[in-house]
Amino acid sequence: MNWEVVIGLEIHTQLSTKSKLFSGAAVGFGAEPNTQTTLVDLGMPGALPVFNKEALRMAVMFGHAINAEIGMTSVFARKNYFYPDLPKGYQTSQMDHPIVGKGYLDVMLEDGTTSRVGITRAHLEEDAGKSLHEDFQGMTGIDLNRSSTPLLEIVSEPDIRSAKEAVAYVKMIHSIVTYLGICDGNMAEGSMRCDINLSLRPKGQKEYGTRTEIKNVNSFRFIEKAIYTEIERQADILEDGGRIIQETRLYDPEKNETRSMRSKEDANDYRYFPCPDLLPVVLTQEYVDNIKANLPELPSQKAARFQSDYALSEYDANVLSSSRAMADFFENANGVVKDPKLTANWVMGELSKLLNQEQLDINNSPVSAQAFGELLVRIKDDTINGKTAKDVFQAMWDGEGSADDIIDAKGLKQVTDTGAIETMIQTILDANAAQVEQYRAADEDKQKKMIGFFVGQVMKASQGKANPGLVNPILVKMLKG
Amino acid sequence: MSIDKQDVQKIAHLARLALTEADADQYQHSLSSVLSLVEQMQSVNTDGVEPLSNPLEMTQRLREDTVTEENRRDAFLANAPQAEAGLFLVPKVID
Repeated sequence: MNWEVVIGLEIHTQLSTKSKLFSGAAVGFGAEPNTQTTLVDLGMPGALPVFNKEALRMAVMFGHAINAEIGMTSVFARKNYFYPDLPKGYQTSQMDHPIVGKGYLDVMLEDGTTSRVGITRAHLEEDAGKSLHEDFQGMTGIDLNRSSTPLLEIVSEPDIRSAKEAVAYVKMIHSIVTYLGICDGNMAEGSMRCDINLSLRPKGQKEYGTRTEIKNVNSFRFIEKAIYTEIERQADILEDGGRIIQETRLYDPEKNETRSMRSKEDANDYRYFPCPDLLPVVLTQEYVDNIKANLPELPSQKAARFQSDYALSEYDANVLSSSRAMADFFENANGVVKDPKLTANWVMGELSKLLNQEQLDINNSPVSAQAFGELLVRIKDDTINGKTAKDVFQAMWDGEGSADDIIDAKGLKQVTDTGAIETMIQTILDANAAQVEQYRAADEDKQKKMIGFFVGQVMKASQGKANPGLVNPILVKMLKG
Repeated sequence: MSIDKQDVQKIAHLARLALTEADADQYQHSLSSVLSLVEQMQSVNTDGVEPLSNPLEMTQRLREDTVTEENRRDAFLANAPQAEAGLFLVPKVID
């Protein structure tokens, strides 16, 4: 059977506020347990929540970035369930009147095509605390630092049809929230988590199949792998004539499998109702318009600008603008070199290669954009050739100093003195008389192939320092005799 | 409208309340009469009336995004029946 996969995603992004959604406690990863809590976060009787202004502004920013209707009146609701890391017995969330309504994103796929993914809604809610299941006298430890941390939950329509498309969509959300500066995007620390709703249906069928939900997947790679493995699991069941049970599953990266978390018998009954402790949030048109007018440049706008201002290809512009940090690095380096194509090639080539090798984020690059630009200037002004530049870059990466320091210290300056190059070539021609004879006897096509040998010899003799742009014409002239 | 005893037990379970048989009988009766009242109210025509989320004619006040609270862990943990290593301890839960 030919199956079509139907995927909808719920992405929880942690908003980068200083304080919590409903209290004045600090927000931050890695603090000592329970040192960032207040009576409100602990759910003490009588403690009342007060809504954080900045979380509201961030949510509206996001709404504009996905072309969404903004909820001019939004209402907080209680989602009731019992778990020890949720001391109030309910999570304050939004149900019928979310802050961000229907919107969409045009997602660029690897093959260069775009597909539109609808976004149903995005709502504000508070995070829960953390349970630690290590053995504390046979009990569970509760850390409530994360409790009441502001989250924006972004819910997509079931518009996604492949693992690759899902990852492209999540990367795009990641890039938007980091561009807007409303989330640090640190998936390893849980600042962005993804729930995957997935079902299969025979190709051509209109009705959706029964779906499962894979909870809390926290890396791009795991999202892709979890989807592949869940598609396989569901297809196996359906092809054997079985049926899918609607349930919540967990992805185990080590075994690369999903497994059941809760069965349908105790399916949650959240009994949502409007939170009586919080009044409706009412926005003015002026407030909403003002946020829209001051929205920072978004990835798609930056990509368009890179194409028009720097004459970069669509592909290069998209890669460079995919993260704000990379785009800034490119623009800062290019400010020094003033050669966008050269800078783009080096950022996407050598720099990305070394960053990947050492699994470093561009923010932690040991070579700054300024220093990187200075290196590229030395390629542009012919001080060094591209090949030597790679060695210099490696040395800069290893902390040996600036490009100019390294070029001086290692004597890498390119030989551009034509007299010196001629002398060098003469020596090589004398030493390889037989090859010179063969070359002179050959026809033009053959000569073109044979010249590589001589260029190689010259580069070897000059230890890579001869300027290839000069070597070639001189060599051709001298070989003619 | 009336509810049966199973409904009562389900609601009690959702609220994590332990009911005796006698309690369940009593709640079945009193909850049913609450629902009868609701049923009576449902006969009112509410076409075009927005559901009310709050009876106050007021809107939510906003708080500046500043950290105003300091660490009071010791005081908070002192309220807990059991604590260790800065954590509240609860009966073991496995998801």
